Amino acid sequence: MADNKVIEAIDLKKEFIVKVKREGKVRETKTLKAVDGINIYVNKGETLGIVGESGCGKTTTAKLLLGLHEASDGKIMLGDKDISHLHGSELKKFRKHAQMVFQDPYESLNPRFKIKNTIMEPLEIHGIGANKAERYEMAKEILNESGLRPAEQFMDRFPHEMSGGQRQRVAIARALVLSPEFLIADEPVSMLDVSIRAGILKLLRKMIADRGLAGIVISHDISLIRYISDRTAVMYLGKIVEQGDTEDIIANRYHPYTRALLGAAPNPDPEVKFTLDGIKGEAPNPVDVPSGCCFHPRCPECMDICKTESPKETIMDNGQTVLCHMYGGK
Amino acid sequence: MALLDLKNISVEYKLSNGTLKAVDQVSLKIENGDIIGLVGESGCGKSTLIKGIINLLPSNGKVIDGEIIFDGVNLVNLSKEEMRRRRWKEISLITQSAMNSLNPVYRVGKQIIEPVMEHENVSKKQAMEKAGELFDLVGLERGRLDDYPHQYSGGMKQRAIIAMSLALDPKLIIADEPTTALDVIVQSQILERINSLLETYDGSMILVTHDISVVAQTCNKVAVMYGGQIIEYGDVVQVLKSPNHPYTMGLKNAFPSLTGEKKELISIAGTPPDLSQELVGCRFMERCPFAQEKCKIPAEITYVDTGYFYCARSDERDELRRQADIPEVWESNI
Amino acid sequence: MKNIFKLFSKNKVGIIGLTIFTTFVFIAIFANYLAPYDPMQIQFSPDGAVKRLMPPSFEHLLGTTYMGRDVFSQMIIGSRVAVLVGVISAVCVAFIGTNIGLISGYFGGKVDRVLMGIVDVMYGLPFLPFALILVSVLGPGVQNIILAIVLITWRNSSRVIRSQALSLKNRTFIEATKLTGASDWRILYRHIAPNVVPVSLIYVSTSMASAIMTESSISFLGLGDPMQVSWGRILFTCYSSQAMFKAPWWILPPGIAITLLVLSGYLMGRAFEEIANPKLRER
Repeated sequence: MADNKVIEAIDLKKEFIVKVKREGKVRETKTLKAVDGINIYVNKGETLGIVGESGCGKTTTAKLLLGLHEASDGKIMLGDKDISHLHGSELKKFRKHAQMVFQDPYESLNPRFKIKNTIMEPLEIHGIGANKAERYEMAKEILNESGLRPAEQFMDRFPHEMSGGQRQRVAIARALVLSPEFLIADEPVSMLDVSIRAGILKLLRKMIADRGLAGIVISHDISLIRYISDRTAVMYLGKIVEQGDTEDIIANRYHPYTRALLGAAPNPDPEVKFTLDGIKGEAPNPVDVPSGCCFHPRCPECMDICKTESPKETIMDNGQTVLCHMYGGK
Repeated sequence: MALLDLKNISVEYKLSNGTLKAVDQVSLKIENGDIIGLVGESGCGKSTLIKGIINLLPSNGKVIDGEIIFDGVNLVNLSKEEMRRRRWKEISLITQSAMNSLNPVYRVGKQIIEPVMEHENVSKKQAMEKAGELFDLVGLERGRLDDYPHQYSGGMKQRAIIAMSLALDPKLIIADEPTTALDVIVQSQILERINSLLETYDGSMILVTHDISVVAQTCNKVAVMYGGQIIEYGDVVQVLKSPNHPYTMGLKNAFPSLTGEKKELISIAGTPPDLSQELVGCRFMERCPFAQEKCKIPAEITYVDTGYFYCARSDERDELRRQADIPEVWESNI
Repeated sequence: MKNIFKLFSKNKVGIIGLTIFTTFVFIAIFANYLAPYDPMQIQFSPDGAVKRLMPPSFEHLLGTTYMGRDVFSQMIIGSRVAVLVGVISAVCVAFIGTNIGLISGYFGGKVDRVLMGIVDVMYGLPFLPFALILVSVLGPGVQNIILAIVLITWRNSSRVIRSQALSLKNRTFIEATKLTGASDWRILYRHIAPNVVPVSLIYVSTSMASAIMTESSISFLGLGDPMQVSWGRILFTCYSSQAMFKAPWWILPPGIAITLLVLSGYLMGRAFEEIANPKLRER
């Protein structure tokens, strides 16, 4: 495997201590294992998709990789530098290298800032650009690149004067103005109208390819992940249950959860109906992770060993990894 | 006779600086047993249309034209009280944030039996039995009737809402984005339930959504709305596999698919029209890659096998459909 | 900020308040030119007698006091203290309260606990008695009155600003700004503070109103600066001369003036409240 890794997480863990209220007045303190030992990496110019349902830990993973949360255990490497526990000026320097596009285009921009100020601020913070005029030009350039052409028309506008799609382009421009190596997009189009989603996704794809970024796209929509990611990681209750090339994952679906997730995804083709493949019940509260394999209570293939022992990662022939006793798991 | 017959419905909102015609001359017929998908994006008027049907428009909204004939009765002429009686008993509504409409201080079971006891002359015991049956139908444990809403997960709440909407055996259920806020697997479980329920009940449904995948999986007919009008209507397989209107063609190609070859998605440039302005001709013209001069005149209706559509270039539709599959055609419009 | 001005100018209540306030400010600034006589000068009539307790006339628009001084001039000059105390107190209170609220709300933790602990203690102190004690210890003098007012009043605004800061700091655009490497101070003063300004302005107006009331009360009780002509002092002198019911032209003007100025503060505060909370605007 080409050692082009821009970002890598090794056995990454994040735990939260929460107070849970049970029946009556009893308050228990429990550990919420939001991210429970994951291994992922992204190469230059590549997009990794992280897919999973709510509570699976995908957003927490994003925040860990960006240094917005501090890891409870494990390592995060940016190139050959350990960035797991950065503070102060080191953390600020790191910010130039990793950026994020948020889900809500209506909330991720300061409503009182003109677009030009939103884009110019990161440059000002890191002392990029000799003076205001130069930063203005850089802001214009990135807005043009993000599809807001001509940029002059948008520089002095406020977010509420723009559509959702335009705002998301501004968010992308802001993320890229610092020329980071690593970009995470958390549900970048889920709040936008369907007919304009492709435009934003294509912009992301183009930017990642043109600039040789390492991209991570997080979504609950597996069809979207298929469209935009080269490789995919499927998350469930803080663990990555399957990871590999996107087309491989879709074709092979080794893990029962992957199979359920892909089967359940509604298809725009009315002649292909979704299937529920015998998956039972609902996802448990992440505070109460089941023993053994975290998926066992819902798994149609559950074996005795699944109830007691947590499976280890198996590497399949094609490089895909699965976390399941059916494939070894020892 | 159709169960619900919308004839040239228009709905207007009064704004501080004028009026906005959110729904413009919409006609639709729903027969018994139909599951109709009402598809469109933000601002197309679908939510306004259904609120207009059951008279739940905000104070500045009004049905200004047309007739809504439900089971032979024109709903437009009914008083608030008469409409209220019909709501739930004959037409019930499931909204997107329905899970939040459960009263947190009452047990769920109580919230179901109340309307039952109010509308039908049954004892509490009989009503509870009915509630139990409904829970069986939606896949919830009967024991859960004694729980409070906060003890339910999102998916469970939505199922409870569906159970409630069926409580009085309505002839028509209107569901406005019923599964948008739910996870994929739960969404499919709910949609599957809705499907089997409607088969058992022989009820009808209008399913409002922006997601054509959901429509593809549950509905037998679909109406596509744009700019306050229905621009295409027909059998779901025909409309989604061989769309006749350029907007439907675009929409279809904007949805990624898990099956088959990985294809390039398209994006429709521009934004929906401003409905507070006087609009002439085809409302999709500004964004349509096939727009021509003749589109400035409102198109005549074109009937096809299972439905109809409005397009000035209707006779060229096969060619346009072929072109619509090419991403570059949509890109050159940007 | 421009937006706030625009919204304010459309608010009828606010404009009324602002008009009254500006009138008083104008009078205060040009007091020396507007007052026909020296307010402390005893007025004599041509025959040499002191013009004691004379009702309003053409020469003395608001009559004279027991000591023969021109009430109208006293009112004009007295406006200076009122406006000065009002404006300075208001600005100090808003400044201190806003900053403490912002810092407390944004940084949380120990800082928050300590600052809010101080606020809790301050809440325990009764306003007027505290002001009186401070003035009697430090001596009368306008600056001490202002000090007393500021020390007590900042506690109100700080709590409200704190909760504003708390709710703002969790919004997505703040997280996004953090991601760009912005320092906490930049986020606090460039991103959060501007959103908090409308609320601060409410407190500027209302604390101005309460400051003027307090000053008048203190002066009325006789603890004000005897060298300064203030409306409260006029009330005190009138009361001590036992002329309250005999000379309405003497006792009413200060009361009315205080009421009007205080009212203007509350009206402007109301306007800012509507700006800060858009839901109140449509009524």
